[in-house]
Amino acid sequence: MSDQLLTVNNLSVAFQSGSITTKAVNGVSFSLNKQESIGIVGESGSGKSVTATSILRLIPRSFAKITSGEIIFQGRDLIKLSAGQMRKVRGNDISMIFQDPSTSLNPVFTVGNQLVETIRAHRKISKKAAKQRALELLDLVGIPAPDKRITMYPHEFSGGMRQRVMIAIALACDPQLLIADEPTTALDVTVQAQILNLMKDLQEQLGMAIIMITHDLGVVWETCEQVLVMYAGRIVESATVKELYQRPLHPYTWGLLDSQITESQDSDAPLSSIPGSPPDLSYEVTGCPFVERCPYAEAICHQETPPLQQLADGHAVACHFQTGSNTLERKEHAYREGTFTRS
Amino acid sequence: MRTFLLKRSLQLIPTLFVVAVIVFFITRMLPGNPAAVMLGPQASAEDIAAYAERLGLNDPIYQQFFDYLINLVKFDFGNSLSYNQPIVNLIMERFPNTVILAVSALLIAIIVGVPAGILAAKKQNTIIDYLVTTLSLVGVSMPIFWLGVMLVLAFSVNLGWLPSTGMGSLDNGLWAFIRHLILPSLALATIPTAQFARVIRSSMLETLSNDYIKAARSKGLKETFVIYKHALKNALTPLLTVIGLQFSNLLGGAVLTETIFSWPGMGLLIVNAIDKRDFVVVQGSVIFIAIIYVVINLIVDVLYKVVNPKVNLDGGSGGAN
Repeated sequence: MSDQLLTVNNLSVAFQSGSITTKAVNGVSFSLNKQESIGIVGESGSGKSVTATSILRLIPRSFAKITSGEIIFQGRDLIKLSAGQMRKVRGNDISMIFQDPSTSLNPVFTVGNQLVETIRAHRKISKKAAKQRALELLDLVGIPAPDKRITMYPHEFSGGMRQRVMIAIALACDPQLLIADEPTTALDVTVQAQILNLMKDLQEQLGMAIIMITHDLGVVWETCEQVLVMYAGRIVESATVKELYQRPLHPYTWGLLDSQITESQDSDAPLSSIPGSPPDLSYEVTGCPFVERCPYAEAICHQETPPLQQLADGHAVACHFQTGSNTLERKEHAYREGTFTRS
Repeated sequence: MRTFLLKRSLQLIPTLFVVAVIVFFITRMLPGNPAAVMLGPQASAEDIAAYAERLGLNDPIYQQFFDYLINLVKFDFGNSLSYNQPIVNLIMERFPNTVILAVSALLIAIIVGVPAGILAAKKQNTIIDYLVTTLSLVGVSMPIFWLGVMLVLAFSVNLGWLPSTGMGSLDNGLWAFIRHLILPSLALATIPTAQFARVIRSSMLETLSNDYIKAARSKGLKETFVIYKHALKNALTPLLTVIGLQFSNLLGGAVLTETIFSWPGMGLLIVNAIDKRDFVVVQGSVIFIAIIYVVINLIVDVLYKVVNPKVNLDGGSGGAN
């Protein structure tokens, strides 16, 4: 209990559209210690963002619903909190930054206004004191001349500066946990590195935990200790970052790693990709959700869904052939086009 | 800002010129001899001819037109043929009455229409939303002359609660004044109320789907705060446009409403003037209304800037992006 900050147990989220139910997140469990950072990786539609936004209960009420599970944060199940109690958690204990800072800041209010309102939503302090705190925060996230910047509107900032403002807003009330939903995707590559470094520095300085949602394994490598690989609404592999790079086990993770560009790569060689597309989650998936794209699939994979199995060293994987005595031989370039024909 | 105001004031000149030209020729196309209409059926042919000569109606049309333009430049709108007094006096007497009616109708429309639209957006696809959407569709399609007559029938004739026509004088107390105002402003407010509700509903729905709304919720702000601060200010721009248009419309005189309720405003003035072929009054009033339109539009444009800091009134692109 002492070190544990967040435990997600068997979380499932469904989207309802007419008579069609889409199981966006299906039985996801993980836990996070204080000051730890965990990465959730996966392709678009894998359920990583939905998982993270469900923690703050920010999924659209009109069509999305948490169908099962619990989200224990500091001993309380967030799913059972009233709307008022939940509001006190948001922005105070857990805060969030979003993918595109140019759309997540309100264009018609100054950045100072948006900082001050967040501080005053959770702290009973005067406007003047809140403004002072806002100036400190802008300084903390590396915005030069905060006293001038504080009266400016978001459109007067560059993309990187806007994301710094978003981070300042997220940190306004010293949260225990920061959820970052693809925080660098909308930024220039050079700015991406600055923002990631800033987040790492601030984490060390302020001692918060981070959930980093990304499709970029490089980002996870730079910022996280733990990593969850999600596919079709499920966790298919979970390990420390180091372990995942040294000994990846799930064929999907292999595919992701193969798709990365390496320095030694011949610049003329085609980029490797995983053929096919994820299953449509509005239908019941039988067997392993990855089976249609897996070069190692066998008969059992079509019939039974492999559970996420803990291995001895804290590594977990959901594959029929990577548990116990079974092990798969990872083939070189298994996903290169032509080398893999569907069974 | 100053460049903007100067530019817009200069734009007023060609606008008014075009309006002046159009209204001049349209009034000249009205059938019937104004002198004959004004002197009545008993007048002799000689009297009519003499009167027409005195009014300058026998001059060639181009000469009448140039005299008219020259007088306009001198801000001389002329004397009414039927009332026999300067147009400016007539307008100054009637316009305040129209303003009273227009402002009360606009207030009703804003106070009822805007909250209804916001509520419908907040409760999208619920019974409240359907109710607001249906009622506002009925509202915008409502023929005013019919609604006006029905209001009179219900509240004046059958129930006897409110007077059916005329304007109450403040000398008889505030209540007498308000009693006379209720039915005409209700009739006049129907279309704007429905329109505002529709506009703010769709604009709120669009705003509420933005990322900054999700971000505002993630900061732990109260839901009312998210809706009335973060969403509403962003949703105001389209509403401002229709409020401006409706207000200039209302200030131009609600011809139907003022006629039904005999409200002594600009609308009634123009209708009576057309009846009497008093084209000097028609010309003067229409030009006055055109000025009101342009001024209201200018105010709305300045308000855009207040609502949205990205709007740049002096032209050019708005800041770094």
